[in-house]
Amino acid sequence: MTNLFNYIDRPSPIHRLTGACKLVCLVAWSVAAMTSFYTPLLCIMTVAAVVLFRVAQLKVKDISFMLGVMLVYILMNNILIYLFSPNHGTSLYGSQTVLLRIAGPYVVTAEQLFYHFNVILKNACTIPIVLLFVCTTNPSEFAASLNRIGVSYRISYAVALALRYIPDIQREYRDISLAQQARGTEMSKKASLVNRLKAASAILIPLILSSMERIETISNAMELRGFGKGKKRTWYSGRKFTRADILCMLVCLALVLVSLTLTYLNGGRYYNPFG
Amino acid sequence: MEKEAIISFENFGFQYTAQAEPTLYDINLKIHKGEKILIAGPSGCGKSTLAHCINGLVPNSYPGKTTGSLTVNGKNALELGLFGLSKTVGTVLQDSDSQFIGLTVAEDIAFALENDCIPTGEMHKQVEQIAELVDVKRVLKHAPHEISGGQKQRVGLGGVMVGEVDVLLFDEPLANLDPATGKQAIVLIDEIQKRTGCAVIIIEHRLEDVLYRPVDRVVVMGDGRIVYDGDPDRLLCEDLLQQRGIREPLYVTALKYAGVRLRPDMRPSYLPELKLSTEHRKQVLDWFVGQPAQEAAPEREALLRAENIDFTYEGGHHALRGIHAIVHKGEMLSIVGTNGAGKSTFSKVICGFEKPQSGILELNGVDLSTLSIKERADHIGYVMQNPNQMISKTQIYDEVALGLRNRGVSEEEIRPRVERTLKICGLYPFRNWPVSALSYGQKKRVTIASILVLEPEMILLDEPTAGQDLKHYTEIMDFLSELNRQGVTVVLITHDMHLMLEYTPRAIVFNAGQVIADRSAAEVLNSPEIVAAAHLKETSLYHLAGFCGIDDKEEFTRRFIARDREVRRYDESV
Repeated sequence: MTNLFNYIDRPSPIHRLTGACKLVCLVAWSVAAMTSFYTPLLCIMTVAAVVLFRVAQLKVKDISFMLGVMLVYILMNNILIYLFSPNHGTSLYGSQTVLLRIAGPYVVTAEQLFYHFNVILKNACTIPIVLLFVCTTNPSEFAASLNRIGVSYRISYAVALALRYIPDIQREYRDISLAQQARGTEMSKKASLVNRLKAASAILIPLILSSMERIETISNAMELRGFGKGKKRTWYSGRKFTRADILCMLVCLALVLVSLTLTYLNGGRYYNPFG
Repeated sequence: MEKEAIISFENFGFQYTAQAEPTLYDINLKIHKGEKILIAGPSGCGKSTLAHCINGLVPNSYPGKTTGSLTVNGKNALELGLFGLSKTVGTVLQDSDSQFIGLTVAEDIAFALENDCIPTGEMHKQVEQIAELVDVKRVLKHAPHEISGGQKQRVGLGGVMVGEVDVLLFDEPLANLDPATGKQAIVLIDEIQKRTGCAVIIIEHRLEDVLYRPVDRVVVMGDGRIVYDGDPDRLLCEDLLQQRGIREPLYVTALKYAGVRLRPDMRPSYLPELKLSTEHRKQVLDWFVGQPAQEAAPEREALLRAENIDFTYEGGHHALRGIHAIVHKGEMLSIVGTNGAGKSTFSKVICGFEKPQSGILELNGVDLSTLSIKERADHIGYVMQNPNQMISKTQIYDEVALGLRNRGVSEEEIRPRVERTLKICGLYPFRNWPVSALSYGQKKRVTIASILVLEPEMILLDEPTAGQDLKHYTEIMDFLSELNRQGVTVVLITHDMHLMLEYTPRAIVFNAGQVIADRSAAEVLNSPEIVAAAHLKETSLYHLAGFCGIDDKEEFTRRFIARDREVRRYDESV
């Protein structure tokens, strides 16, 4: 929990891919999953994602926390979709097969269930790939990867610095919050909302002030060592693309093409088993 | 033949855009290739500004107007700019923690190379070589929080050395290090200079610690001007340092108290080569015998009592192992030890920030374990090291009143209490000022005031004097002693051995989560095993006492400290 990037060092072919390649694959995979509602493709991608997860030698317990957060997200997402538009499936697929009536507009239709199934599939095929990226990419290499795919090195380095400082700032937040509690600032649920907002400012102001100090020092330190003088820079942890990297990227880009082609051939994004 | 000057100031002056008066006047200074110089001076004397002129932060990051000229490597510094200067001058900043840029040691060392677009393969080779030179090869893949303070400084040094610079500039290299690590840093700087032939500039007000290894020249600054530039031995024979608020090496002060007339040929700047005649030794011995004996501190009753405290962090780090400690009513006490020895964890346990897995903690015989953080704070005040981490209000008055308001005290009652506290802390004239207008030392006082206003029986301060020069150090410490005389029990967590000797009769020494000593400060510093385990440093007074045939070195130290405080109090009142 101390680092956003929960890098887990294990010897696997996926760990050996460069960060830039994994980033390209992640983006391509997500685009493919997002554009398509073509159910058979989503099913294949979900299975493939789970297989890749095993190939990377990751275990469910390594990522149980993040997995939990994401499952809650999927659940909330589906509940909200149903609450706000219980007949979305009907309007998409053009038919209504009622399975159960609840009250008013709230009916359970086969179309709506199928739509939800598709939404879940889309999440299910993307989430393992995101976790895969997060757990197998060395954070040091991440900035180099961003730069490699065309993001300016200043922005890439800003991301790397954020990763470097997150644990420090978490620690500082905790210290400041304890010292404020000692002076009697009530942080628990006992306090009213207004008081809790006040309490938050009592922590944020010192946190921001001391972070500003930090920023001044770090930006001086960076400039003194020549950061920002050239249009380009190299990276200690940068790696060259290997044949495996190129192959992976090609496969993922092909996936995007497949997804787009299917949408085109299908005459729409939605695969319709009801028509 | 005179060596070639690599840095040359001529009639140089500088004024910050935001300030009404210049910070530097009439600077004429030449620094030669391969030379090692120390630039000393109290806070605000302009020494940091001078350093920033050399590395280009002035005027690049801190704009202002320059007069006269500054030439580096034969070229005008203003034309070279920050990046041009960084090819010649490598700067190691004061805070080795926040200047650590990379995610790992190797990346941090490589940072300058990356910016120079060195190909990755070549870069790996160079990083290896430098890591070998500064001895961090074993930790190349470690993150900054996994290595020690001393190692961080080595990494900082390596990070500027990869640029193959001609000048190494150290901005207060000792400020964040414990005494033993500071000593090692001075040795490392010396070795690197000998091996690479770089010119070395050390900006530091802790003269004695830097002089642990010889320097070629000392430059003393005061009020924006150079007031001394020359031989360290001659400097120590004069009274300039005291006048300028810089602490002389203790053995030098002791020799002066004993009436020894120092001459440059006695080599006073380098203790191992100090020459004292039989006559001089007798003078020191006579002085020692003539000083009044110092009594042991009186017995007092216990205020805080920790018994068998055990604490393990969530991650499994066993930080405290069976701690026994007693703080007496009305005493002033130091807690010392290396980083990670457990002293900060112990203070967190006392304040209730962390709950120990076992053990008893009592205040005035009352069990603390049932009290909340807030309730404990009514009895025990905690002052953090960095005042910016504590101050959350924009007005001084509101900041000091915060704790009382949070406790629901009425405004009529708050006003007199806050005003009384502001008076005690010497802040009353500033009561309507915004906090942002205060200096660092004044902010520190505000944080102490904001704790004192709650009238705790005991206050606990984390490194109260870190980064302060002699004048501010004396101000803060005299203020704390005054509070102590008024009955507040004061506990200090510190690295500063002089502070411990001078102000706190008793010291508790932590090492690897255990208390390894609990005795008088003079005794602690006289025990080689404790000094080594706790990363402390013996004071030079012991060497001097030994040199003069005085067996009771502890008593010699005590008498010296007593005399020194008297003299300094007299100086201030004049």
